[in-house]
Amino acid sequence: MTLSTMLSTMGAGMIRTCLIFVLTLVGSLPLGMIVALLRKSRFAPVRGIISVYISIMRDTPLMLQLLCWYFGPFYLFGWNIGSWRFPAIIVGFVLNYAAYFAEIYRGGIESIPAGQYEAAEVLGYSKAQTFIRIILPQVIKIIMPSVTNEVITLVKDTSLAFTLAYQEVFSLAKQISASQTSFMPFLIAGIFYFVANYIVEIVMKRIEKSLDYYK
Amino acid sequence: MILEMNNIRKHFDGLEVLEDISLNVDSGEVVSIIGPSGSGKSTLLRCATFLETIDGGEILYMGDRAAWTDEKGSVSYVHHQDLRRFRNYCGLVFQQFNLFPHYSILKNIIDAPIHVQKRSREEAEETAMQLLGKMGIADKANAYPYQLSGGQQQRVAIARALAMKPEILFFDEPTSALDPELTGEVLKVIRQLAEEKMTMVVVTHEMPFAKAVSNRVIFMADGVIVEQGDPVKVFEDPQEERTKQFLRVFER
Repeated sequence: MTLSTMLSTMGAGMIRTCLIFVLTLVGSLPLGMIVALLRKSRFAPVRGIISVYISIMRDTPLMLQLLCWYFGPFYLFGWNIGSWRFPAIIVGFVLNYAAYFAEIYRGGIESIPAGQYEAAEVLGYSKAQTFIRIILPQVIKIIMPSVTNEVITLVKDTSLAFTLAYQEVFSLAKQISASQTSFMPFLIAGIFYFVANYIVEIVMKRIEKSLDYYK
Repeated sequence: MILEMNNIRKHFDGLEVLEDISLNVDSGEVVSIIGPSGSGKSTLLRCATFLETIDGGEILYMGDRAAWTDEKGSVSYVHHQDLRRFRNYCGLVFQQFNLFPHYSILKNIIDAPIHVQKRSREEAEETAMQLLGKMGIADKANAYPYQLSGGQQQRVAIARALAMKPEILFFDEPTSALDPELTGEVLKVIRQLAEEKMTMVVVTHEMPFAKAVSNRVIFMADGVIVEQGDPVKVFEDPQEERTKQFLRVFER
């Protein structure tokens, strides 16, 4: 196998990796906020369920969670899971990352001084206005470094999709390496992850910088 | 009468913070509240501005009931939709300013008038610039709070409260978080408002200021009003032993 065929085969895997990455962020960033807000719900049962959910997501391996999402429907309900592979991966990643993001959001929200809420309340802002106009913008600035960490981890975690035999870049690297008895595919995969995360770092730094106008 | 607070009670975890306090404020009146820390002064302001709920008594603004106690002793507030109207009557200036750090000075002042009171941006900006001019910091309109000194930030906070056009303005130790050399500029602004007949209630430790500016001084200790009246009389000829004791500390 020539280097160029290797690259083009793995290129398709890179696109699949990016797909997992993008869909996970699109799903988990907003879902995490919903989870964080539900965790502060007035209703104790809601808080309880959310806290159990976060614990399970954080305290068990993501790899195991992916296996459960994929094979669970078959073992539990006897469903045909033929076309369920990709959705199962996305569901697994989104729910797992939402739990981490929720905790990051919670930390950010709790670090906003009570005085900000009180000032908004006295000025007559509604609860929703207070959150959207006053609290959230400040939370975003505070949590940026933690979110960056999480996003970088996600780029690397996408490789866990290989457990469900999804042909993303890491699965392909393993396969091609075995069939061609070459280490080259791993090197290519390594460079790919590095470059992807380098881009993530640059983008996140830009965002952080754009929030630098106040302290 | 702008504000009537009658027989207000408030306790935190069984600790009685306000014990049957009544405070009435007339239009154009400037009332200073003095007293040792922990005497309930701030709590009284926080009850008046609806940041805390009372455990007994009643609160009226412009003769209109916002909160009351029934025969059984349970407290009711008006529906929260109506409470917004009452919030509109009063403004509060905090000890720690509590400006919104992510908004420019101008936006700090115009945001609530635009988004809460639904006034036009044009009108809100005009009012804000007028107020900033009055506060002597018109040149800071586009700065951010962190770029201002404490005294300037507090003046912005006053402008922000005034932009809502409140009937009464409360100050919760407005100069306590400031370096001594910066208190003067904030007190000067409050004095100027007093001259314009703005109705105000000021919790303060600045005794000369309280004496010079207010129409009435209230001395609070341990959740009750110990003594109140004409500032000159309270400061120079206090009747209660507790007041004398407190004022003696400041003479030294």
